[in-house]
Amino acid sequence: MGITKNKEESARTLKQGEQVLMVRNLYKSFGNHKVLIDFSFSLHSGENVVVLGKSGSGKSVLIKCIIGLLKPDSGSIEVLGESIPELSDDELDQIRMKIGFLFQSNALYDSLTVRQNLEFPLRRHSIRLTQAEVDQLVKDALEDVGLAYTINMTPAELSGGMRKRVALARTLILKPSIILYDEPTTGLDPITSKEIIELIKDVQQKYQAASLIISHDMNCVRMVADRVIMLIEGRNYAEGKYDELIKTNDPLIKAFFE
Amino acid sequence: MLRTQFWKQFFEEAGDISRFTGRLFSQWFKPRYEITEFLRQCFIIGYKSLPLVMLTAFIMGLVLTMQIRPFLVDYGVESQLPAMVGIAIVREIGPVITALIFAGKIGSSIGAELGSMKVTEQIDAMEVSGTNPFKYLVVTRVLAATFTLPLLVLLGDAVALYGTYLGVNMSGVTSFDLFWTKVFRNLSFGDVLPAFVKSFFFGFAVGIVGCFKGYNSQKGTEGVGRSANSAVVLSSILIFIIDLIAVQVTDVLGLN
Repeated sequence: MGITKNKEESARTLKQGEQVLMVRNLYKSFGNHKVLIDFSFSLHSGENVVVLGKSGSGKSVLIKCIIGLLKPDSGSIEVLGESIPELSDDELDQIRMKIGFLFQSNALYDSLTVRQNLEFPLRRHSIRLTQAEVDQLVKDALEDVGLAYTINMTPAELSGGMRKRVALARTLILKPSIILYDEPTTGLDPITSKEIIELIKDVQQKYQAASLIISHDMNCVRMVADRVIMLIEGRNYAEGKYDELIKTNDPLIKAFFE
Repeated sequence: MLRTQFWKQFFEEAGDISRFTGRLFSQWFKPRYEITEFLRQCFIIGYKSLPLVMLTAFIMGLVLTMQIRPFLVDYGVESQLPAMVGIAIVREIGPVITALIFAGKIGSSIGAELGSMKVTEQIDAMEVSGTNPFKYLVVTRVLAATFTLPLLVLLGDAVALYGTYLGVNMSGVTSFDLFWTKVFRNLSFGDVLPAFVKSFFFGFAVGIVGCFKGYNSQKGTEGVGRSANSAVVLSSILIFIIDLIAVQVTDVLGLN
């Protein structure tokens, strides 16, 4: 099966702890508003990194630059050794197959059923799969998030938490090496948030992917993060483990943890 | 000051729409061709507009006949009623009214659909999933609107003329054959062709404006409503401007 082969190939080439994403001296502004200023960090295979920052601090802009939806003003972004801003559309399509992106608003297609939503990336990327293979991948992805019974429902028939799970299933369907989560628990009640956090941890264990999680939910940060990056005023203000950052006396960092 | 602001916004928007249209033409013929989505849009845009277009066309033909009859009776030329209403419907009223109905139904629907996809990041998700969203969403919808409106206009004209036939028979007796003979004897190729050709432009205007407004929707759900509304307003104005230009062109070409 095509996907399995891709997964096997990436498993062969990616070793635990190998650098999969490197962002160096990234600048991005909209008009006169500077959003990212000299932002640098790296992400390694098998690790969960949380980027923590206030609303409007440029977290989503960072993640959209990484996936190639926004072009940075300057700086470099390397994903699995490929420089994202320099890639052609076809090359970008190839690299995007190895990156999963869970959107803040889930971004499920309202006019399609859950099955069609999950099939969409399989059919649109340049992958040749038989209908039986597609069916199996959809079934597996939905079982991973515990929602196999919703396969013929539309997004409008699902609750907020279920929509998030289905969106996560769509993110996982190509078995990506890197998963980008844009505020995965925003707008969810505490119980559903906890379920989504558990799911993110399960996914991490099952797929051994590198995860970059954008969040300002401290529960999510505490439970998921191997490493935390503080995005303050467009800069990588501080970086470290949750337990280290919580002990700091810096007032800007303390404001998040109090 | 306010007037300056208005003209500045006007020219900015005109420039944005021109760039958007230029982008459409640059992607129009490039692979990958979204044939399935184009056909799906033809079904949604064309087939699902059919009942509304037919109903309004029928009423239009009937009402127009009932309104014109008293004047023709006064001048003693009631027998010319089918020919007169037929020419009015085929040359002008049919295409314009159908296009306005189409703008109201399809322009607003495209504006709202793409606008809501934009604010809920579905367009970004499409791009991440290996799809060129401009090609998949915009090119297919504009093409579908361009090619289905002329067909709707033809069908609408036929139904409007049937309404006219019933209207004629409400206060007199004219056989079905005689009615159609009177209509077609007075219609020429020069009446049908310009009306048919301009309806392609009407369809294009409705498609491109709806897509432009939706694709560039901003400010959340409020922006979605605004996109839908302004898509209808702008495409309706464009329909009249295109109609005005079409009349001048057909005049120059001697088709009037």
